[in-house]
Amino acid sequence: MSATGAILRRELGNYFATPVAYVFIVIFLVLSGVFTFYLGGLYERGQADLQPFFTFHPWLYLFLIPALSMRLWAEERKAGTIELLMTLPISVGEAVLGKFLAAWVFTGIALALTFPVWLTINYLGDADNPVILLSYFGSFLMAGAYLAVGACVSAFTRNQVIAFVISFVICFIFVLAGFPMVMDVFQGWAPQALINAISSMSFLGHFESITRGVIDFRDLIFFFSFIAAWLLANAIAVETRKSD
Amino acid sequence: MTRAAIKTEAAIKVISLRKDFGAFTAVRDVSFEVRTGEVLGFLGPNGAGKSTTMKMITGFLIPTRGRIRVAGFDVSRQPIEVKRRIGYLPEGAPAYDDMTATAFLDFIARVRGYNRRERRERVAAAINKANLGSVVHKPIETLSKGFKRRVGLAQAILHDPPILVMDEPTDGLDPNQKHEVRELIREMARNKAILISTHILEEVDAICDRAIIIAHGTLLFDDTPQQLLAMSTVHNAVKIRFEDEVPAAAEACLRRLDEVADVIFGISAGHLTVLPDGGASIVRRVTQLVRDEGWRIEEIYVESGQLDEVFRRITTRTEPVPGDIEP
Repeated sequence: MSATGAILRRELGNYFATPVAYVFIVIFLVLSGVFTFYLGGLYERGQADLQPFFTFHPWLYLFLIPALSMRLWAEERKAGTIELLMTLPISVGEAVLGKFLAAWVFTGIALALTFPVWLTINYLGDADNPVILLSYFGSFLMAGAYLAVGACVSAFTRNQVIAFVISFVICFIFVLAGFPMVMDVFQGWAPQALINAISSMSFLGHFESITRGVIDFRDLIFFFSFIAAWLLANAIAVETRKSD
Repeated sequence: MTRAAIKTEAAIKVISLRKDFGAFTAVRDVSFEVRTGEVLGFLGPNGAGKSTTMKMITGFLIPTRGRIRVAGFDVSRQPIEVKRRIGYLPEGAPAYDDMTATAFLDFIARVRGYNRRERRERVAAAINKANLGSVVHKPIETLSKGFKRRVGLAQAILHDPPILVMDEPTDGLDPNQKHEVRELIREMARNKAILISTHILEEVDAICDRAIIIAHGTLLFDDTPQQLLAMSTVHNAVKIRFEDEVPAAAEACLRRLDEVADVIFGISAGHLTVLPDGGASIVRRVTQLVRDEGWRIEEIYVESGQLDEVFRRITTRTEPVPGDIEP
């Protein structure tokens, strides 16, 4: 486990050693503020909740998180450091986990820095803090799902731009799974079971049910198993394609 | 396997190794051993399969066929145990460029499971050995090629591994740096098994106890560098430089000596090379003749052999097997 910790430390340090961390955090905070107060109309609604704030998270994550995950493996391949990493006494699983956790902790930090929004709503009215806390947790889980997709895709290429675009597209499909835009592609030819399976994997659906303040274990299980499945695919991709 | 057998097993043992990339065979039925206390030079033209073989030994690539045992562990069955015992300098010495040398080495020490105090000691020792002193706090991306290579070297020796595998450790270094790295390798050789790949032939003569040559994925030579030199056509040849022109009778007289195969005139006037039959030692006879005939000469010396000539002869002997497609 010390190897996972070492990789987590290094990757997290890498975000802050380059401008990536600061650019990401600033853009994330500015955009979530703009979306919440202008597009979401937080003041106009006259309700002391953070619904407008969380509603936009899936869309913010859609292009911000692939930017965070695209370098995880693609950079190692490009620089040749993957040969160094994979000849150190660590398992592929430890490396995959370490990198994923580093990116996840980083999004956690960015998410935590949105606390002024929470302070604002508590100042303005009698906010439902347990629901807000749960929504934060749901948002963090969803970010993990995006990251798991991005990390896995990053393991398939040495080109970060390709990793970004492909991750974006896959995440987009999962955000909108269950909506006509995605479902129409499958309608008519795919078996009903597959269609049901796809529509049940919508990020939006699971996230919204958490932000309503309902703890449904199916939502938690969905996100955790989604992350686990993509990380497993990530490990397999690294193991089989590390030298390409 | 008995205890005694484990003790005497070679540090690196490669058995009938083969690696295919699609239709291309990069390594073909290669077997060799490296023992503790030995520096083995791994020679071959670019693309011969040296790096591929090293990547399999260090567990980065999986062999198509064959077995590799390192420190008594099978690389495919217990890769982690093997990786713990190997220090590896990959080709081009890749490192995390955005980190400083200290931070990078500290990361390596962490991954290798050392606690805080051990890490400090190990990193300091590695920096000292690799002579990194002045640059440890600069990001690796700003370092010169020579320093980058030394950071890679420090990384490989950080855990004082019993086995070192280094892919072209002196590539891109200036003559002084090359000398330093060779000194370091020689110093460490006493209690380690060291495998280095190179295409610099003097290096083999300078630091290796044994050399293997590989070309087109096939092992072609496995013996001492001295033996390699002995295969040279000019091994034990006697070179003579006369004060003036070569005496008219010289060629005929020399040819008449026992065990002389040929006499070749040098490009510049007054130079002559006497080639022996099958590497026989003819220097006594030649000097005797020079004295008897009273030829006035500037210098006379015995050629030990030319590695590049042998290397060329060995590595161009086998052509790629028909049907192989370059990737």
